[in-house]
Amino acid sequence: MFSRTDMSLILLIEQLLNGLQFGVMLFLMSAGLTLIFGVMGLINLAHGSLYMVGAFAAAGVAAATGSFALALAASLAAAAIAGVLVEVLVIRRLYDRDHLDQVLATFALILIFSESTRWVFGSFPLYLDVPAALSGAVSLPGGISYPAYRLAIIGIGLAVAVILFLLISKTRIGMRIRAGESDREMIGALGVNISVLYTAVFALGAALAGFAGALVGAIQSVQVGMGEPVLILAFVTIVIGGIGSIKGAFVGALLVGLTDTLGRVLLPVAFGTFMDPSSATAVGAALASMSIYILMAGVLLFKPTGLYGSA
Amino acid sequence: MISREGLINTALVFGLLLVPLWAHFSDEPYIVTLSTRVAILALAGVGLNLALGLGGLVSLGHAMFFGIGGYAAGILASHAQSYTPLFEWPVVIEGTQFMPVIWLVAIVASALVALLTGALSLRTSGVYFIMITLAFGQMFYYFTISWPAYGGEDGLSIYVRDRFPGLNTLVPIQFFGLCFAALMLALVVVARIARSGFGLALNAARQNEARVRAVGIEPYRLRLAAFVISGAITGLAGALYADLNRFVSPAMFSWQTSGEIMVFVILGGVARLFGPVAGAALFIILEEVLGGMSDYWHIWLGLLLLIVVLFARGGLIGLIAGQARRDSAGEGGGHG
Amino acid sequence: MAEPVLKIEGISKSFGALKASDDVSLDLVPGEIHALIGPNGAGKTTLIAQIAGSLQPDRGRVHLEGRDVTALDTVARARAGLGRTFQISSLAMEDSVLQNAVLGALGARQKPLGLFARVMKDRDLTEVAMQALREVGLEEYAKFRVADLSHGQRRQLEVAVALTLQPHVFLMDEPMAGLGAEGSAQLVPLLQRLKSRAPILLVEHDMDAVFQLADRISVLVYGRIIATGTPDEIRANAEVREAYLGEEDAA
Repeated sequence: MFSRTDMSLILLIEQLLNGLQFGVMLFLMSAGLTLIFGVMGLINLAHGSLYMVGAFAAAGVAAATGSFALALAASLAAAAIAGVLVEVLVIRRLYDRDHLDQVLATFALILIFSESTRWVFGSFPLYLDVPAALSGAVSLPGGISYPAYRLAIIGIGLAVAVILFLLISKTRIGMRIRAGESDREMIGALGVNISVLYTAVFALGAALAGFAGALVGAIQSVQVGMGEPVLILAFVTIVIGGIGSIKGAFVGALLVGLTDTLGRVLLPVAFGTFMDPSSATAVGAALASMSIYILMAGVLLFKPTGLYGSA
Repeated sequence: MISREGLINTALVFGLLLVPLWAHFSDEPYIVTLSTRVAILALAGVGLNLALGLGGLVSLGHAMFFGIGGYAAGILASHAQSYTPLFEWPVVIEGTQFMPVIWLVAIVASALVALLTGALSLRTSGVYFIMITLAFGQMFYYFTISWPAYGGEDGLSIYVRDRFPGLNTLVPIQFFGLCFAALMLALVVVARIARSGFGLALNAARQNEARVRAVGIEPYRLRLAAFVISGAITGLAGALYADLNRFVSPAMFSWQTSGEIMVFVILGGVARLFGPVAGAALFIILEEVLGGMSDYWHIWLGLLLLIVVLFARGGLIGLIAGQARRDSAGEGGGHG
Repeated sequence: MAEPVLKIEGISKSFGALKASDDVSLDLVPGEIHALIGPNGAGKTTLIAQIAGSLQPDRGRVHLEGRDVTALDTVARARAGLGRTFQISSLAMEDSVLQNAVLGALGARQKPLGLFARVMKDRDLTEVAMQALREVGLEEYAKFRVADLSHGQRRQLEVAVALTLQPHVFLMDEPMAGLGAEGSAQLVPLLQRLKSRAPILLVEHDMDAVFQLADRISVLVYGRIIATGTPDEIRANAEVREAYLGEEDAA
């Protein structure tokens, strides 16, 4: 009996860490989305494509060089470059358009990105190996053994979050970004070249998405269409957190990551207490797949603009 | 005098009727089936257009209604095929392969889901609304994948197409006739709604919400009603689509489906009554022509869509009829 | 004095440290035009929002025909008989002039809107709408798109839509804004006629028009009403002159 409680506690902590890791990944996606919306007022469906670009760049470079560090650098660079290209060619024509036009044009970009990638790389998934140094497990206090790579993702994600907070609250470019969020004319008055700032913010968001794609690419497979499910989860995240708020994106991402991961483990168990095992698994799994959307609906009931949203 | 847009609309209706008739007599059943797809997808678009064009509600979740309509057909048919009731308690409800009942169930179920999701998502506006409708659509997608009772990821087959009294629905042209009639009926309904008091107020709320409030009309209720009717029409299209393919799968709920339904509306010309018909026809023609030339035809579709959005904002009908998008004068006054 | 139709009692509203409305009380009696004036930033817009129902006051009550409407939103207050016009024309720009007026009549009817009947063929509604357009002199423009109207004509249409509501109180937010002397001169006799139908609370910058039209004037400065009285009393009021002349000097 004792050991069984122990086991399930360990399992729970493992799942908490998994949820944290998932949440941190979502934060990397959501931070860019929410920043782009906050500063430029743009809803970007093609953010998931930049995630995919990062993953493919990393997989390609890792296959060619065998270096995971180079692969990560490549994912940042490729996604940022793709972001700059897309911003200059298409996105900047959309800032003054209504949301419908933004949705359609960025939907068109998804089609173009996805099919071009399929054309170049084919439909088969690529694989990105976890670097050898991080391929083992780490022993945590309490006898928990947890994959080193996932732990590293949590660490990297938290570090990026801290850097992002500092960037926005302490630096000159952060001040410009905050000014851009509150008043577009004001940044003009500050003598900032707005179109360069916009391109930079978009590239930053793109790089974060691409980086997330590369990190996750080593856990899952790298394939066309991998970006959109994550994109929609990132939407759920920023709806919960409040659009335009980095803090909201962070809290929302952790909430979504933990709810989704724990829901998948705990709900079937919970239903198992009063149902036969096979239907408990079915009902639990089905409800777990809906849990984050129910969370979103609940937040909307009480705070239609999200936890940290203003307007 | 008939306007140029009126002429185009008449041509579209006759084209959609005559092409499959010609194909039927030339023994080209494939073209009849393609025309049926056009009619059904146009019907889904007509539903979305009510919310999007008239109400300014940029819903990226209409796949949810398309899928619910589809699964209503699939589930009822599968129970009828296996002679097992859906429910035994509190009353026994049997499956059915009788189309009118299936359609009714599809419409009512979609309307109910639209009422629930709309009541929540319409508390917000603008980008929030877009993201939330997309998220609700995705919720149904994952739910159908993880719910094993009705096929899960593999979907459900309807082995024999559902029946309609007096017709042999297995004959492609007869099934086409049903879908065409449903489309025409929906067009009439939406045209009437657009010219009604409700339509006037809904359209005004899109252009200027404060104005509508100031005359004592609550925009939220207008939009919710529009969203429900819109969802019901798209749900009916889903039921027909299930019978066309004799198969339903979670893909009907996918975000791509929502995106594509929106693309029909935009390619044809948003807020134009016949826009979705022109858009669906163009989409199917492109799919056939470009898809025949290249496996990667979505690249070209994407480029075309990008060009329409960036440069030709009146859509196809707008291009031919030579006018800009109807609402070009009211930019920025709309929803959100 | 007759029983007031609109009565505002002790309304206060703060945004952080800024007191946008500071214990504001004013009333509107049948048959009068009560003008609310004040320098820029005095809190007129905030006050209007609280009277119209789009903003809730921190303290104080709004009474319409003896009924406490403080808790009601814009829609409910419109239905209770408050007819407002907007400072910035708030119209359905793609629709025709007549459609905008019919929308008002439709809202005022307070019945189900109708889902299938053609609204523009509803004689009851179009007659109310045309009558309102005639009164403001827009009947010849009934079929024009609002987007094709001049600025002045849109101001007139604002008033016409308020007329279709057959309100018990008019709340007019700078109806002369951007009209110029000539345009204002056209609106003055119209408002003069309207006040016998329902009293008008008039927020206006055009001082000529205000002193021509108003039966009473209240002066709002820094969220407070510093004086209420007849135009002559206000003209003679030292505090008002100081507030206004000070403002003119600064500007």
